[in-house]
Amino acid sequence: MFIHKNLLGTKSLSNDAITTILDTADSFKEISTRPIKKVPALRGKTIINLFFEPSTRTRTSFEIAGKRLSADVINISGPSSSSVKGENLIDTALNLEAMHPDIMVVRHALSGASEMISQHVKCPIINAGDGFHEHPTQALLDLHTIREAKGSLEGLNITIVGDIAHSRVVRSNIYAMKTMGMNVKLIGPPTMIPQGIDKMGVSVGYDFEGVIHDTDVIMMLRLQKERQSRYLLSSIREYSNLYCLTSKVLEKAKDDVLIFHPGPVNRGIEISPDIMRSKRSLILTQVTNGVAVRMALMYLLLGGKNDTSN
Amino acid sequence: MTLVIKNGRFIDPANSLDEPKDILVHKGIIKAIESPGSISFDAGEKPSVIDAKGCVVCPGLIDMHVHFREPGFEYKETITSGCQSAAAGGFTSVAVMPNTNPVNDTRAVTEHILALARTEGIINVYPIAAITQKLEGERLSEMADLKNAGAIAFSDDGRPVMNNELMRRAFEYSKMFELPLIQHSEMLDLTEGGCMNEGMVSTELGLKGMPAEAEDIMVYRDIALLEKTGGRLHVAHISSKNSVDLVRQAKSKGLPVTCEVAPHHFTLTDEAVRGYDTNTKMSPPLRAIEDVEAIKEGLRDGTIDIIATDHAPHDITDKQVEYQNACFGIVGLETALPLSLKLVDEKILSMGDVIKKLTSTPADIFNLKAGNLSLGNEADILIFNPSLEYSIDISKFHSKSKNSPFDGWKVKGKVLHTLVKGKTVYSVNEN
Repeated sequence: MFIHKNLLGTKSLSNDAITTILDTADSFKEISTRPIKKVPALRGKTIINLFFEPSTRTRTSFEIAGKRLSADVINISGPSSSSVKGENLIDTALNLEAMHPDIMVVRHALSGASEMISQHVKCPIINAGDGFHEHPTQALLDLHTIREAKGSLEGLNITIVGDIAHSRVVRSNIYAMKTMGMNVKLIGPPTMIPQGIDKMGVSVGYDFEGVIHDTDVIMMLRLQKERQSRYLLSSIREYSNLYCLTSKVLEKAKDDVLIFHPGPVNRGIEISPDIMRSKRSLILTQVTNGVAVRMALMYLLLGGKNDTSN
Repeated sequence: MTLVIKNGRFIDPANSLDEPKDILVHKGIIKAIESPGSISFDAGEKPSVIDAKGCVVCPGLIDMHVHFREPGFEYKETITSGCQSAAAGGFTSVAVMPNTNPVNDTRAVTEHILALARTEGIINVYPIAAITQKLEGERLSEMADLKNAGAIAFSDDGRPVMNNELMRRAFEYSKMFELPLIQHSEMLDLTEGGCMNEGMVSTELGLKGMPAEAEDIMVYRDIALLEKTGGRLHVAHISSKNSVDLVRQAKSKGLPVTCEVAPHHFTLTDEAVRGYDTNTKMSPPLRAIEDVEAIKEGLRDGTIDIIATDHAPHDITDKQVEYQNACFGIVGLETALPLSLKLVDEKILSMGDVIKKLTSTPADIFNLKAGNLSLGNEADILIFNPSLEYSIDISKFHSKSKNSPFDGWKVKGKVLHTLVKGKTVYSVNEN
């Protein structure tokens, strides 16, 4: 069952809802391998990608997802949020809504922007990442990729490493993974572990090598170099010495451990290049599955049943 | 010219009175306070009468912390509209903060504000002048001149005095004038970019936090400076548990430290920020439940002297934006009384104590001729029904701005009449 009007975050998604999305994505994945990669499911529907923050991969993924379902997809770059007040995002959203889109996909550099828009417009909103708050489609594609590789999610151990404080991917993944019965461990320098996150049902630590022996999935986060306040780290070099996933670190992990990264990767800072290319790295599979998951979401939000036969 | 307020519950904390009384007001002055039914008139005299049966009759409320935005930001509030909002909330005296444009840091601006208040304001307005010129935290303002012009305290509200030596000198310099310094306590280097209390909720919402320590450190610094220099400190809108403890300790040492709390800080926690309503964004931010409990204890044991609203009007254009970009602050004058009366229901304070913290105590701290109803005083009077329930409706606010998180709240305690010098400045019947 999937009865949500918007997808603003994973916090409100039940185990059933997530399973429905992942199952639907499974059935859509094959479309992208056909010679003619298009089905008519959303023919005549209009999807607006409203991106107030630059993004290549996520925006492209949403655009391709919409087009493979035959929707008309329009990309709009909103004024970047750091810009002046007076450029009101509600006004922007209301103007676009007046042209009757069927879904708006919103990316914004500030937390809460998608939710705020959803309070003012009637059409469904998909949050494509807001500030340090949530990035639900990334979490869903992560779960899809893990489930595809491992068969199920219940009871799996995941270790998420890096700048926890400034990651919307982490928050969405914590909610979704907890809902699906996974055990989540967060690792990073204490300056990048936000206050109170331990109350979200996760364990928190600083020692990367000490905890990975029993982990099934390692997720490395992007170090948002441009976003770091100057007091969080001594140097990128030291960060990398402590938290870069190298083959030496990986020796301590299980043989079948999976390696994830939401991208884009700072090569050599978060992950050494040889590991990115190893069989255990599913970084590009994540990207592939992102299209299927986003197709599934658009389809479900517009009332589709979990059935792609038509 | 003559008015009788009869059958009310007369509460005048300054005179330790809480009993049924009738009051006679003549030419704006309180002429008699008598047992119900015992005020008599000559045959020809026809006084107007307010029947206050079931109501509380008390001194008009005093708010020592409001922003009326004039001069400079008249689209948010003016002295005219601010006074109307105050009257509708039961307030007959307010102290206006100096962060206008130009800043109230010179005699000319203080006089301008007082002149506007005299001609256009329907209640008493007391200016608070800046501690430092232009609120820049670099040079002391001309405090002697400002006091002579009518300033009743000094504050760089919203722009805490960060420089330690400057704050020390401000305490020393202000001793000459026997006026308190009001500090908005916030170490700015700990709150830069922050927009809500730091804690689990800020982490979940992905909003940069403003840790309570930012407040505590400055409260402690000011107390430490004051202990050496003398002078008087009034801590504005206290919001954190440890700050309440620090003030309590300072008072137990006998230091001249007082503090205020805003109704939202004993009514809401940071949980209210969920949903990103920008009307939950203020500085200091809504804190955690432990802080709210400590504030209530501070109100109960007297550590927190007074209730002040930090009435901070902002136009919708300053609020209907991303949470991080929204202005700090909410309007408070028209919700302060019912929110404060919740403390009576919760058995934190008696009715008399709530009124005291909104009348005679602020008058004592800031040496105002207001806040009590002794015979011969000007008749600044509030009449309210403490048990009448109603829903807060921001569209009915008299303030120019509607930025309140309390829209739709069911509350008890309705202002019926507000009188300044015996003249009705607000009456529920006419609104």
